[in-house]
Amino acid sequence: MSSEGEVVQYDMQVVRGFAISALVWGIVGMTVGLLAAIQLAWPEANAGPWLHFGRIRPLHTNAVIFGFTLGVVFAGSYYGIQRLCRVRMFSDTLSRLNLWGWNAIIVSAAVSLLAGKTTSKEYAELEWPIDIAIAVVWIIYAINVFGTLARRRERQMYAAIWFWIATIITIAMLHIVNSMELPVSWMKSYSLYAGVYDANVQWWYGHNAVGFLLTTPILGLMYYFLPKQVDRPIYSHRLSILHFWSLICIYIWAGPHHLIYSPLPDWTQTFGTAFSIMLILPSWGGMLNGFLTMQGAWDRVRTDPILKMFAVGLTFYGMSTFEGPMMAIKTVNSLSHFTNWTIGHVHSGALGWVALTCFATLYYMIPRLWHTQLYSVRLANTHFWIATLGLLLYVTPMWISGVTQGLMWRAVNPDGSLAYTFIESVSAIRVYDVIRAVGGAVFLSGAFVMFYNVIMTIRQGSAAAPEPSLAATPAVAGGR
Amino acid sequence: MSHEWHRPLENHWIRLSTFTFLAVIVGGVCLLIPPFFLQGTIEPLTNLRPYSSLELEGRDIYIREGCNTCHSQQVRPFKTETDRYGPFSLAGEGIYDRPFLWGSRRTGPDLARVGKKYPDSWHWLHFKNPRDIEPRSNMPEFAFLTETVLDTSLSSAKLSALRMLGHPYTDDEIRNAPGDAERAAGGIAASIRGAGIVLDATEARSEAVAVIAYLQSLGHAVREDDVAMTGTR
Ligand code: HEM
Ligand code: HEM
Repeated sequence: MSSEGEVVQYDMQVVRGFAISALVWGIVGMTVGLLAAIQLAWPEANAGPWLHFGRIRPLHTNAVIFGFTLGVVFAGSYYGIQRLCRVRMFSDTLSRLNLWGWNAIIVSAAVSLLAGKTTSKEYAELEWPIDIAIAVVWIIYAINVFGTLARRRERQMYAAIWFWIATIITIAMLHIVNSMELPVSWMKSYSLYAGVYDANVQWWYGHNAVGFLLTTPILGLMYYFLPKQVDRPIYSHRLSILHFWSLICIYIWAGPHHLIYSPLPDWTQTFGTAFSIMLILPSWGGMLNGFLTMQGAWDRVRTDPILKMFAVGLTFYGMSTFEGPMMAIKTVNSLSHFTNWTIGHVHSGALGWVALTCFATLYYMIPRLWHTQLYSVRLANTHFWIATLGLLLYVTPMWISGVTQGLMWRAVNPDGSLAYTFIESVSAIRVYDVIRAVGGAVFLSGAFVMFYNVIMTIRQGSAAAPEPSLAATPAVAGGR
Repeated sequence: MSHEWHRPLENHWIRLSTFTFLAVIVGGVCLLIPPFFLQGTIEPLTNLRPYSSLELEGRDIYIREGCNTCHSQQVRPFKTETDRYGPFSLAGEGIYDRPFLWGSRRTGPDLARVGKKYPDSWHWLHFKNPRDIEPRSNMPEFAFLTETVLDTSLSSAKLSALRMLGHPYTDDEIRNAPGDAERAAGGIAASIRGAGIVLDATEARSEAVAVIAYLQSLGHAVREDDVAMTGTR
C-alpha cells in the first residue's frame, strides 16, 4: 500500500471523455429544444414522421438530461471522487465501459425516439432493451464508485460524495421499478402497471428523477467545485449533514404533487403537497451553504465567470425550490397544472440551476484536464451574460403564458358559461411562444460560445501532459 | 465538534450507503405498496371493455407519435373542466391503460372525452392538416399517417401479451386480431367516404384510421354509464 504524500495517478481520460460528450449532447439537446420551441410557435416547422414535435420533445428531454446533465455529473464525480479519496478509480475498464456504454445509450436513444420507439412515460421513454442497457451501465458506474470508496485513502468522505451516492442508489431503484414492462417485440412493450397505479409509479419515478438527477448530483457538483473555486472550505459541515438527510428523506414522498386532482387516492395527493412544502427547508439549506461559502469572496464574483454561474445557479435553485412547493398547493396547482407555468418552472430549474452549474463545472475542469488556462475568460463572461439573458427571456414569458392559460381555461361569463374556447387560449399565448423561442436561441448561442472557448482551450493544452498530481489533503473538507 | 455523531457514517461507505437506501426506500414503500393493494378495490366501470385490436393499434400509434406530449387525458373535477370536456376522470376507467396517458401538458385540449365528439371524417381532415379545420391551431400535420398502411403483424402478439397481464381477451379475439382490425377499419373508411371524402385503398387501411378508432373509443365507458355521467361514483 502506498503511503501518504505519494504520487497518485488519477484517471482523467474518462473525465475528459465525459466532459466533451456532455458538451456535445448539451448543444444537440438544446438545439432540439429550440426546434421544439419553434414548432410550437410556427407549426409549419414540423416535418414528416421523424421531425415533428411529438417525437422531438422526448429527444430534447433525454438529450439534455441524460446526455448533457448526467454527462457532466459523470465527469464531475469521476474528477471529484478520485481527489477526495486520493486514489485512482477502482477500474479503468469499468470507467471506459461507463463512458462508451453511456454514450452508445444516448445515441440509441436519439435514433429510437426519432423512430417513434417510446413507452410515453416522461423521462423514461426508452424501450426495454435500452432500459436494460441503462441498468447495466448504471451498475458499472456504481461498482466503480463503491470500489473506489472501498479503497480510498482519505478516511472521511466529504459531502459531495454523499450526494453522488444518493444519486446512484436512488436512480437504480427508481429506474428498475418504473421500467417494469412486458416485451411484445424487440422495440415494443406494455407497462406491467395500468391506469392509476401506472401513473402513481411513473410520477414517483418522474419527480424523483428531478430530485436525484437534476438536484442531488448537481448539489454534489456544487459542493465540490464551488469551494474549490472560491478556495475555502464549505461554510458549514453541520448544515451539509442536516440538509443532505432531510432532502433525501423528504424528496421521495413528494411525487404525487404531479397528480393533484387526478383519480389518485386523496391521501397520497395530500402527502405530495405536505412533503413538497417541507422540501423548502432542506433545499434552501443547500442554497445557503453554497452562498455562505462565497461569503468574503464576493469581490471575485464580479470578475470570475465560474463564480457568477454558481451564484446565479444557486439563486435559481432557491427560486425553483420555492416555486415548486407553491405549485404543489392544491389551489395553485389547479391553475398551474397542464400550463406553461410548469414549463417555466422546469426551465428556471433546468437552465438556471442545472445548466449554469454544469457550465461552471466544465469551465473549472476543462483547463485542468488539458493542463492549461482557459482560452478566454472574457468569452466565458460573455457566455454568462448571454445565458442569463436567454434564461430570463425563456422563463418570464412562460410564467405569464402559464397564468394566462390557467385563467382563460377557468374564466366564466356572468351566466356561468365558459368565457373562452380552447383555441382562444392557444392564440393568446402565441406571442410568448415566440419570445421563448428567441430566449432559447440566445441561451443556445451562449453554449456555442462556450464550445468555441473549450475547443480553443483544448487546442492550446495537452491531454498528454504529465498527469501525476501530489495527493494533497482536499481543501474542501472541514468547515464548521 | 458538534457533528462528531455523524462520523460513523462519513467514515464508512457501506454504512452511509445503507442509511441512504433506507432513507429513500421508506417513502418508496409507503407510496407504492398501499396503493397497489387498493388497486383491487377500484371498481371497473360497468361498461368498460378492453380495447379492440384496431383501437389498440391506434393507441400504440398515438404513443409512437407522442400525441400525449401535447394532449392530456385527465379531466379534473372542476365545473369549468367538466363543462369544457365532459365528466371528470375516474380511477375505474384506466385498468386497460398500459401505459396510462394522462399527460402533463395541455398544448392542445384534453382528449379523455373526445370519443364520438366529432365524426370520423373530421379527424381524417384534421390529420391531413389541422389548419384546414382551425387556422389558429399549432398542431403538427399528420398526413403521413393517412398515407401509411397499418401494420397488424403484431396485433395478435399484443393482445396475448395484454392477456398475460389480465386483460380479458378470448382465444378467438387473439387469433383474429389482424382480421378484426381490418374489418373495423373498413367500417371507419366507409363512414369517412360517406362524408364525401375519396379514399384510395391505402388510405382506407391507413394508420390514421386506427388512430381514429382509438380516439372514438375514448371515454366510452363513462359515456355509456349513466351513474358515472352524473359524477356520483
Ligand atoms: C436552448 C435551451 C432550451 C430550449 C429552447 C428548450 C425548449 C423546450 C421546449 C419547447 C419544451 C416543450 C415545452 C412544452 O411541451 O410546452 C421543453 C421541455 C422540457 N425541457 Fe427544455 N429547452 C431548453 C433547455 C433545457 C435544458 C438545459 C433542460 C434540462 C437540463 C431542459 C429540460 C426540459 C424538460 C425536463 C422538459 C419537459 C417539461 C415537462 O414535461 O413539463 N430543457 N424544453
Ligand atoms: C422543492 C423543490 C421542488 C418542488 C416541491 C417542485 C414541485 C413541482 C410541481 C408541483 C410541479 C408541477 C407538477 C404538475 O402540475 O404537473 C413540478 C414540475 C416539474 N419540476 Fe419541480 N419542484 C421543485 C424543484 C424543482 C427543481 C430544482 C427542478 C430542476 C430542474 C424541477 C424540475 C421540474 C420538472 C422537470 C417538472 C415537470 C415535470 C413534468 O410535468 O414533466 N423542480 N415541480
